[in-house]
Amino acid sequence: MSFIIDIDKDIDQLRKSKAGIPLLINGTIYSARDAAHKRLKELIEKGEPLPIDLKNRILYYMGPTPAKEGNVIGSCGPTSSYRMDDFFEMTLELGIAASIGKGSRAPFVKELIKKYKSPYLITIGGAGAYLAKCVVSSRVIAFEDLGAEAITELVVKEFPVIVGIDFRGNQIFT
Amino acid sequence: MRELSVQIIKQTIADLILKAQHFLPDDIKSAIIQAIHDEPNQSAKEILRILLENADISEKKVFPLCQDTGMVFVYLEIGQEIYFTRGLLKDAIYSGVELGYKEGYLRKSIVADPIKRVNTKNNLPPIIFTDIVAGDRIKITVVPKGFGAENQSGLKMMTPSATKEDIINFIVNGVIASGSKGCPPAIIGVGIGGSFDYSANISKRALLLPINECNSDPFYADMEKEILTRINESDIGPMGVGGKTTALGVRIITYPTHIAGLPVAYNYCCHSLRHASIEL
Repeated sequence: MSFIIDIDKDIDQLRKSKAGIPLLINGTIYSARDAAHKRLKELIEKGEPLPIDLKNRILYYMGPTPAKEGNVIGSCGPTSSYRMDDFFEMTLELGIAASIGKGSRAPFVKELIKKYKSPYLITIGGAGAYLAKCVVSSRVIAFEDLGAEAITELVVKEFPVIVGIDFRGNQIFT
Repeated sequence: MRELSVQIIKQTIADLILKAQHFLPDDIKSAIIQAIHDEPNQSAKEILRILLENADISEKKVFPLCQDTGMVFVYLEIGQEIYFTRGLLKDAIYSGVELGYKEGYLRKSIVADPIKRVNTKNNLPPIIFTDIVAGDRIKITVVPKGFGAENQSGLKMMTPSATKEDIINFIVNGVIASGSKGCPPAIIGVGIGGSFDYSANISKRALLLPINECNSDPFYADMEKEILTRINESDIGPMGVGGKTTALGVRIITYPTHIAGLPVAYNYCCHSLRHASIEL
């Protein structure tokens, strides 16, 4: 049995959810994976403005297949989160409310999650076709030249996640 | 000699890629169904159930099984009595890969240089392995493989004094150390023997063996079983939520090796083990 959370209205409820709890999320999330993180870091280091505001946003580590005609997106399951670990504090400083991906992360990630109260959620790797059915709309909002690695804004409905590491640092991973 | 136009190969490669991307092999499906039945952990059970539903959705050919539509590995067994006409075989394979990824709306995931990292935008190049065999037929197998799983693979140049137990420990410890990063439940292909590179080659080929069968040598069949059992005692479970379904199958291929060596490689594959073959 999963709780439904409307993230556009109640991000605090999501922030406080405990590890192991299954949730269905409704609302807006942003996708970003390896290349987009690297690009954000380069812009920050150069002191240039960022094309998007990540404050209170949820980052989904994902790069989709192209959408076929009549569909808003292609397959869109999570990628392995640990590759974003070295960029994680940067995104927390930009204000992200949570991250979504798959798999366990480096030990220091847990401490950052506690510090910033920004839980790590997992969804189902290899269920890209199933998850595509939970996406209502999708549009590229930054770094279009990165193709599948561009940052997109996704509106999701009943998108299944499990709290992997909660705001207290408790985690489901052994 | 039998003449064969490489133009047929091009379309065949594209078709095989699409088939692999949309149809989960029956042995994997059956293993997931069995795991749903056997799995006591409710979160794990639910994830496995969604993976089956994912396979059903994918069969309608709109959404591929996974968004990581992979790098393409092509295995050719070419009968030495074939004479290829109307172009180069390699060009036809490349064109077939490009066509498949374009027409199938598959994600282009290849960068032209491993450090400079600019996407080739057509999923080229593939990696091709060729075997020359008897006869006038060609068997083509395509394996689009995602790299979340590929990254969790391992290789060790063990020494001839290593025991069966040492080899099992190397593989089991490696798979458990990778936790949920490689998208478990996994299938583990193991290559023992050959050389540094050939052990890795046969570990990938081992992934193509049916997981509902076992090695014909009882010694290695027993090893397959023990590795699987020990991985599944780890309580990693599907996506790391816990449970007894961390791997669905383990298969081993061996090859003769040098008196001084004992190479061991394991290739980690996620549950979305995609492959398709045809003989022309």
